[in-house]
Amino acid sequence: MSTATLPSTSRPTMTQTTTASAGAPALNPAYIQIKDFSFYYGAAKVLHGLSLDIPEQQVTAFIGPSGCGKSTLLRNLNRMNDLVDGIRHEGDILVNGHSIYDPLIEVIALRKRIGMVFQKSNPFPKSIYENVVYSLRVAGRNGKAELDEVVERSLKGAALWDEVKDRLHESAFGLSGGQMQRLCIARAIANRPEILLMDEPCSALDPIATAKVEELIHELKKEFTIVIVTHNMQQAARVSDRTAFFYLGKLIEYDVTTNIFQNPANAQTEAYVSGRFG
Amino acid sequence: MPKRDFLSSDVKPAGESWVWVTSMGLGVGLTMIVFLLGMILWNGLEVFWPKPVVQLELRPGSTAGLNNAPVFGGEIVKSQVKAVQALAADGSPLPPQREYQLFVGNKDVYGFGYKFIDEAEIAARSRPADVIVAERLEYGNAIFRPRELRLADGSVLPASAPAFDDVLAGLVRQGNERRAAIRRIERDQIGGINRQLEKIRLERRAIEGRGGEMSPADQRRLADFETTVKELQAGYEQLAARARELRQLQSVNRIVYATMDGAERTLPTGDLIDYYRPNQLTILSKAAIFAHRFWKFLSDEPREANTEGGIFPAIFGTFVMTLLMSVAVTPFGVLAAIYLREYAKQGPFVRAVRIAVNNLAGVPSIVFGVFGLGFFVYVVGGTIDQLFYSLSLPTPTFGTGGVLWASLTLALMTVPVVIVATEESLSAVSRGTREGSLACGASKWQTIQRIVLPASLPGILTGLILAMARGAGEVAPLMLVGVVKLAPTLPLDSIYPFFHLERKFMHLGFHIYDLGFQSPDSEAAKPMVFATTFLLILLVVCLNLGAILIRNHLRKKYKTSTF
Ligand SMILES: Nc1ncnc2c1ncn2[C@@H]1O[C@H](COP(=O)(O)OP(=O)(O)OP(=O)(O)O)[C@@H](O)[C@H]1O
Ligand SMILES: [Mg+2]
Repeated sequence: MSTATLPSTSRPTMTQTTTASAGAPALNPAYIQIKDFSFYYGAAKVLHGLSLDIPEQQVTAFIGPSGCGKSTLLRNLNRMNDLVDGIRHEGDILVNGHSIYDPLIEVIALRKRIGMVFQKSNPFPKSIYENVVYSLRVAGRNGKAELDEVVERSLKGAALWDEVKDRLHESAFGLSGGQMQRLCIARAIANRPEILLMDEPCSALDPIATAKVEELIHELKKEFTIVIVTHNMQQAARVSDRTAFFYLGKLIEYDVTTNIFQNPANAQTEAYVSGRFG
Repeated sequence: MPKRDFLSSDVKPAGESWVWVTSMGLGVGLTMIVFLLGMILWNGLEVFWPKPVVQLELRPGSTAGLNNAPVFGGEIVKSQVKAVQALAADGSPLPPQREYQLFVGNKDVYGFGYKFIDEAEIAARSRPADVIVAERLEYGNAIFRPRELRLADGSVLPASAPAFDDVLAGLVRQGNERRAAIRRIERDQIGGINRQLEKIRLERRAIEGRGGEMSPADQRRLADFETTVKELQAGYEQLAARARELRQLQSVNRIVYATMDGAERTLPTGDLIDYYRPNQLTILSKAAIFAHRFWKFLSDEPREANTEGGIFPAIFGTFVMTLLMSVAVTPFGVLAAIYLREYAKQGPFVRAVRIAVNNLAGVPSIVFGVFGLGFFVYVVGGTIDQLFYSLSLPTPTFGTGGVLWASLTLALMTVPVVIVATEESLSAVSRGTREGSLACGASKWQTIQRIVLPASLPGILTGLILAMARGAGEVAPLMLVGVVKLAPTLPLDSIYPFFHLERKFMHLGFHIYDLGFQSPDSEAAKPMVFATTFLLILLVVCLNLGAILIRNHLRKKYKTSTF
């Protein structure tokens, strides 16, 4: 069976512009298009006909009260939900113009191009070095020089290099919680994916580590398209270019971040971002 | 309103007294284990400790002695109050009487090795310094007082001569060396010739079996065979003559001695293996003898229907079989568990399979033995013989019990243990870790192979440890699939192809059974039973320790996160 790969090097110019309000930062073309997407765990419908376009090389934040389906949507972007039994979806998700549900697309190839950082850091029971190069090893790339270079670049990218450069071959479990999370970020960016999905990456971190990760996100968006789920309004305001507010599986409002926080169109959004409910 | 004191509550936390019950349960269990190990350790090791030999003078007119002699002696192995009370002439019971069990040795003279004697029969006891306990090739130990050495040159060296001990020690050492030489000739060299002859016989049969006209090449080869066989036979004659000559030399020097009851005997010094003077030993020399005897027990082959000598072949057989079993059971169990846990669609069918696997662990082991005999030995082994060893038929090669079939049978028996342990440790690898791997673009198999399996190795090893402990101690199924009372050869030796998986083997568990129930001399076998049991436990502990060390190493390597 031949597998269609997503064309990656030449990103086509957008055909369709995002529905942005005035005064927004420079709009990049939509890289991920979610089209009338609904999702079911068994009989429970947790996402209700969502439509939104996520632009390239920007940070998009998903906010909303607990259980509203942010993680579910995020995990659908790299089809991580395929592992769950009894799932079903309607609608479609396009990455760079191609449906990720196209039967000709291999999930593995898709995931190679979409890195993911999980809410709970999940380093592998291996050395720091092996953790970082894991995505290269599974792709069959074992050249020592290349791996060394990737380790240094990724760890520097994740602001971890200085702390671990002398113990790259020790177990990753010897790191602190915040270091582990940054290691997971390094791991996610090692293979230079185009999209980086982050599910509450800072929920287990102290303010200093959080600041580091936020700085990192600023750095990373030069290269990657980033989608971040967060419960921290200030964080969303600080790091993201665009923000989507979800409530009970529905997209309530999606706009440029400054609009969402300073001038929300929807009363629910306003109540949530100002901390009056949620 | 009185102020409530929250700190000094008189309400006991509910159920605290149960802590005592649980700790008592543990205490009873531990006591039982310590007691069991201590008992086996004591009984198993005490055998090797040299005991003094007492000489007993019987009261005049006693008929309790041996050969009607008024004195006899031996090692006191047991002292107890007689179970049956003797009655006085008027029918009133006499005070309780003590009796002793003596190891009198010299089975060639008496026909038995142990004897009970009432304390009432004993008039006096002493410990003569010149008594010797000697280990010999036949009839167990001899206990005697030396008289003289009759040497090959006709000279006679009395026991009182100062040089007596040195000469005797020299002769014993010489005898042992010569025995080793005879053994080398007979087993290695003559054995080698026999193997060559057998090979020629099979090749000749193959040529003759082809039928029809014989090609000139074949005729030439047959002729070649004739000459080689002649050469080999000449070599054999030579070696046999050399062995005969050495054997003769073994009996040219003789020791004359008197047993404790005074009867005089002569014994070729070549029949002696070892000797010591039990009544002249310091605690240190006793310890040295203890260590020496224990080592001989570990490293020697059994003699005299397994009641004397060592148990090395049994240790080795158990070891090889357990290792082979582990090698066979691990891949099977792990692969099966991976499929069950990771790939099979969880549902009623998989649940049923899992229950069946668990129940398999409870099937009596003899059932596996019967299966091993019917399937491995008769079907698989028989087929292998038909295909590859048809020339030596009807003598079976793989079509009879052997260490390979025994290992596979035990592997089958212990595979549920490994499956259950592996499944458990696979399921302990968190979903988050697996998702992390998949998110990196790894396939499911890559995730299992690179992340899940390494992380669950310690758990898999725990399963293997349990399997080894069960497998190494099993006897019943082995009796059907290849264990024997006495195996002339080890399953691993220096003869090509080194591993002889078809060979029968000895096993510590079966050795215990054999000593305990099949021995011609149950008294002589009793200490051996304990000593062998001790070694079986020791071997299992060592194997498990090895596995535990590996597991700890892995645990450290993949140690789980601690915040
Ligand atoms: N594997 C699953 N099977 C069934 N239902 C699920 C599963 N995962 C999530 N859900 C349900 O789907 C809904 C959305 O869950 P989701 O994890 O996406 O929420 P969330 O917005 O990420 O919440 P939080 O902010 O607490 O992480 C919830 O009602 C949840 O109970
Ligand atoms: Mg979530």
